[in-house]
Amino acid sequence: MSEILVLVEHADGDVKKVTLELLTKARSLGTPSAVFIGAGFEKAKDKLAEYGAAKVYVAESAELTGYVVAPKAELLAKLVAENAPAAVLVAATAEGKEIAGRLAIKTDSGVLTDAVDLKLDGDVFVAEQSIFGGSSVVHTAVTAGTPIIALRPNATPPFPEAAAAERVDVSVELSESAKLAKVLEKVAVAKGDRPELTEAAIVVSGGRGVGSAEKFSVIEALADQLGAAVGASRAAVDSGWYPHQSQVGQTGKTVSPQLYVACGISGAIQHRAGMQTSKTIVAVNKDPEAPIFELVDYGVVGDLFNVVPQATEEIAKRR
Amino acid sequence: MKIVVLVKQVPDTAADKRLDPDTLTVDRDAVDGLINEMDEFAIEEALQLIEKHGGEVTVVSMGPEDATDAYKKALQMGADKAVFLTDPALAGSDALATSYALAQVLRTLEFDLVILGSEASDARTSLVPALLAERLELPQLSFASKVEIEGGAIKINRLTDYGHDVVEAALPAVVSVVEKINEPRYPSFKGIMAAKKKPVETLDLAGASIDAALVGQGGSRSKVLDAAVAPPRSKGVIITDEGNGGADLVEFLAAKKFV
Repeated sequence: MSEILVLVEHADGDVKKVTLELLTKARSLGTPSAVFIGAGFEKAKDKLAEYGAAKVYVAESAELTGYVVAPKAELLAKLVAENAPAAVLVAATAEGKEIAGRLAIKTDSGVLTDAVDLKLDGDVFVAEQSIFGGSSVVHTAVTAGTPIIALRPNATPPFPEAAAAERVDVSVELSESAKLAKVLEKVAVAKGDRPELTEAAIVVSGGRGVGSAEKFSVIEALADQLGAAVGASRAAVDSGWYPHQSQVGQTGKTVSPQLYVACGISGAIQHRAGMQTSKTIVAVNKDPEAPIFELVDYGVVGDLFNVVPQATEEIAKRR
Repeated sequence: MKIVVLVKQVPDTAADKRLDPDTLTVDRDAVDGLINEMDEFAIEEALQLIEKHGGEVTVVSMGPEDATDAYKKALQMGADKAVFLTDPALAGSDALATSYALAQVLRTLEFDLVILGSEASDARTSLVPALLAERLELPQLSFASKVEIEGGAIKINRLTDYGHDVVEAALPAVVSVVEKINEPRYPSFKGIMAAKKKPVETLDLAGASIDAALVGQGGSRSKVLDAAVAPPRSKGVIITDEGNGGADLVEFLAAKKFV
């Protein structure tokens, strides 16, 4: 079986769910080799083995994470040159896509982003992409070099199938041009215990109808009962009620959870572009004409401050 | 300082976009074009930097011959001049081919800073800033929510999933901005009138030393095999809350095994 490189997304060794999805997908297409960049491999090893990484290329040098994306692309380019993998898979996150793009130039290859599925047709990797906010579906293929494909989180259900995760230490002599954008400081906003927005199975979002930052507690309470991530429409973020990291839609995150609950969100096209591919969609909105109701599996026309707390309480009762 | 702002004309987000079934490219005739919204933030940032540090703003756009609204809007907002790359051979270029063509145009210009929006509302790949940095061997300062320039150095806040990174580089650099960075101005009447007299240089492939073999559908490194309109979502149940809406909602969630 041919080797497929999977770039691991992690926070100091805590492997993100999307990486497990990528490994699962890679197993159906070839033999996955994980590429682990940064500190924390010992912590990550068991997870990578559990989800089928035959090999793990480990590059722990702090230099690789001290600059904006370019060093990671250089390391991957070296691995591609030395190992001639059948494909390279990365997560379709902001950074993942940037690495993929730079790698494509370095290896004179094609790159496909935001794939929701990936299959082999003979020896051609065919990606499925959901475009125009989910209103069209296209199949695309790379026509030159090593296919580099960025897969969306939540596109593949991950399941374990153990492999050796044999450690192979690698390093790269960074070029000067990889060290041009230096990271001086990483500033984290308090995140709490909620799952990450793009990876969550359930997302509860609030929009203009929520009315204030304080009242987002109503959205958070329902999210916590459901074990969900909290999202926000651009209107809510622009009003300063919720942080930008939580913005769903165009210019924000694209999510594709099992369940999306839209509260006080009218469903403008800019918002729909970021959540239309959710499996089940539920909305609560005062306005029966709100376009969000065109998308829903279940909609409640009503005041979210009555409906949402009642739902939260009802779920608590059923526990 | 000299700033180049890249802008793109895109189909109206609110319009029903589709792929032309024959060419498998965006059917641009079917919808109105306008400037990509995020690019207005790039122009605004450039104008604010010029107001503070002095200099000039050149707007660069690439697109079909009639896609002139985007750079005109930039001129109306206050950019000094425009370079418009248009050639039928560019049609169907993917992100890689587009970045090559834009890099070739940038090589003909003098600049301290290239600023662009971090995402175009049509394809939404967010790739071009990173690709340009790679091609031009310049610092990549993407997803900037704040930009500061001092002497020959630039510092930005780069938005990340966990918050932001503070990133520093020497000029020249490629910066892409998010919409949290500023409030784009509206063109004034004076600005609209003045824009009509501002210089616009139109380039074709030869004018920018672009190799035709590396652009268009033939020069792209990926291709669309087929396209279809996604099946519409099946019509859902909509109820009106009469005091029990929350409980009814949970009933639905329980039936779907979410509760």
